Amino acid sequence: MFDALSDRFDGIFKRLRGRGRLSDKDVDEVAREIRVALLEADVNVAVVKSFINRVKERARGAEVTKSLSPAQQVIKIVHEELVTTLGGETGKLAMSSKPPTVVMLAGLQGSGKTTAAGKLARHLVAEGRKPLLVAADLQRPAAVEQLRVLGKRIDVPVFSEPTDPVKVARAALKEADRTGRNVVILDTAGRLQIDDDLMGELRRIRAKVEPHDTLLVVDAMTGQEAVNVAEAFDEAVGLDGVILTKIDGDARGGAALSVKEVVGKPILFAGTGEQLDDFEPFHPDRMASRILGMGDVLTLIEKAEAAFDEEEAAKAEKKLRKGQFTLEDFLDQMQQVRKMGPLQNLVGMMPGLPKEARDAELDESQLGRIEAIIRSMTPEERRNPTVINGSRRLRIARGSGTSTQDVNGMLKQFKMVQQMMRSVAKGKMPRLPVPGR
Amino acid sequence: MSPTLAAVLLIGIFVLAAALIWLGLGLSRRAQRLEEAPPPEETAEPTEPAEPGGDVAAPPRPPRLRDRLGKTRAALSRSLGALTGRRTIDDEAWDSIEEALLVADVGVATTSRLVDELRARAAAERVDDPEQLVTLLRNEIVDDLSGVDRSLHHAPDGPTVWLFVGVNGTGKTTTIAKLAQREIEDGHAALMAAADTFRAAAADQLTHWAERVGADVVRGQEGADPGSVVFDAVDAAGGRGAGVVLVDTAGRMHTKVNLMEELKKIRRIAERTPGAPQEVLLVIDATTGQNGLAQARQFTEAVGVTGVVLTKLDGTAKGGVVLAIEVDLGIPVKLIGIGEAPEDLMPFDPAEFVGALFA
Repeated sequence: MFDALSDRFDGIFKRLRGRGRLSDKDVDEVAREIRVALLEADVNVAVVKSFINRVKERARGAEVTKSLSPAQQVIKIVHEELVTTLGGETGKLAMSSKPPTVVMLAGLQGSGKTTAAGKLARHLVAEGRKPLLVAADLQRPAAVEQLRVLGKRIDVPVFSEPTDPVKVARAALKEADRTGRNVVILDTAGRLQIDDDLMGELRRIRAKVEPHDTLLVVDAMTGQEAVNVAEAFDEAVGLDGVILTKIDGDARGGAALSVKEVVGKPILFAGTGEQLDDFEPFHPDRMASRILGMGDVLTLIEKAEAAFDEEEAAKAEKKLRKGQFTLEDFLDQMQQVRKMGPLQNLVGMMPGLPKEARDAELDESQLGRIEAIIRSMTPEERRNPTVINGSRRLRIARGSGTSTQDVNGMLKQFKMVQQMMRSVAKGKMPRLPVPGR
Repeated sequence: MSPTLAAVLLIGIFVLAAALIWLGLGLSRRAQRLEEAPPPEETAEPTEPAEPGGDVAAPPRPPRLRDRLGKTRAALSRSLGALTGRRTIDDEAWDSIEEALLVADVGVATTSRLVDELRARAAAERVDDPEQLVTLLRNEIVDDLSGVDRSLHHAPDGPTVWLFVGVNGTGKTTTIAKLAQREIEDGHAALMAAADTFRAAAADQLTHWAERVGADVVRGQEGADPGSVVFDAVDAAGGRGAGVVLVDTAGRMHTKVNLMEELKKIRRIAERTPGAPQEVLLVIDATTGQNGLAQARQFTEAVGVTGVVLTKLDGTAKGGVVLAIEVDLGIPVKLIGIGEAPEDLMPFDPAEFVGALFA
């Protein structure tokens, strides 16, 4: 997620770190690099211009404080500007005081509206609300069926009738009243924004049901077009917010940066994967940190808290402090960490990891091999790998379906891990980049 | 959770992740080396499709791209409009050329290359009229895209298999429907394989299309193994005599290793029919930005993409990323989609495409 942009900034700031003071020339050079980085990330050309100007202005006029180096100061400025561009603070859905609250989803074909509708419904259920999903997309073959299947999976009722989208929307409100559902989620037909007929249909739905939230669903992979899309929909139906989908790929996500700045609407939620619970409130500050290569530490801690219980965490802490770290602990930890979700996602949130590590394709099945190797060892071998001799190695390799070279390689690398853990225990933390705040 | 505990925990995770990466990579590199020494059969790279048997050039259709791209053209001329009033080629002229390319999603690298080449040519040919620059630029891009085989290959006998791959929501299913109709009109029996068993109701959508265009369809249960659907489809096509099997795969992020593995498996199953798949078509949507390049790279690495279908070109999006995909990666754009009707799926014509962009 947004990784490539962080890499780019990594490169720029590494050079800046060495400097004591920033000259005008430095600021210009950095600005040029940031421009290229943002353009490569699909940030809209106009947005890039204004962004760069703000950064340059502030970087030149910035007071030199004692606590921050000039380089850190530029990072801080870029970070703050990124947060501003991404939307300032975390947004929330406007809830009507008189239920049902009506949420209308609109967007281009293929942006992920129907999936987003299902995910939003699931999110609302988790918040204790009672959503009703409404299939008002009568255009795409099987769109209604798709929503029905999603609704069944999350146990949320789905309403539709083969009339016309405006009638469906109106009937849905009555249905919500009748069945006591307090949020109505309207999934509308996807459209190309030049399609006046379909835009007119959206307008009519809006006029009839007066949604409290009209949300634009935008694909994170969208290029320069994102701004046109947001502007066109905003002009036609008036937007209240944005759902950014498919940010689990490696798209640099410039679309996110562009939309808020140009249309002035916040990004409320982000779709982060294939499953229905891969859906999160959008956090501009976290995303900005991520873009700057600071990692998404807050999300990581939240995930860790959900996966580890206090006791296990305390045990892990004790072991870490003592600097005792055996293959047994490693196996435990590995399982804990894997509970937190796909490793690739975790690594993306990790601060300060080199580009190669973040780019590395993590084949989780390889972890299965490591697990198999450790599981083929006796408890004694796990606690003290030095006892492993030639015959034991052969047994382990056979037991785990690997080769003795694999076992050797694994042991050698584990030694390096142990050393690293010891240095952590001694208080030599791996250097984390200073967040600019 | 206390702050120190959280900190220690965090570092623990950090170290662990680093460790897992090392270990994982160490093993996979080793595995690669081992496999490289005597190349075992199943890891052999997917070979290029065998000799294109009966090449069928796409039947000529009336060019309507220019009309359909009216809006795009207007948007581009807005950037390039700054050029028309000018007498000389100054920095601002160069800026607006650069901007026009960037706004069209051509990308920074390709834009820089094109502008540099254009500067050199303009200097060599002593061009001093800004409008002439646009003509030069257009020719330059058309040159980049010329001399490429853009036909869709059929098997000389036995069923032809075309795989359609891409990220979620680019229009794979709709593309298949339109292409099936064209194949049927050209006298080929078309069979659709609903190998998207992941997205809810994807098979329903495809079946609906199949009924509309008069194609056969083979589908499995939702959540079934997509490989088995492909197997059944190719089998069925073989039984019914020659035809084209259009395989609809689930949209997937090119960054998801397990899903790309699944796709490799689908390809391997298609390969059981000698010469198949004749085409592996990557469907990219015109609104896609620079990520399109990453998509093309990853899908090609996994399943050997033979061509790009650029869809949704009837919006204001320009789809400029296909320039980089074709020039840098050597993957030809074969078809473009400019609307809902079957005849709105057209062969890609460079001169027309570029002409429409820079008119």
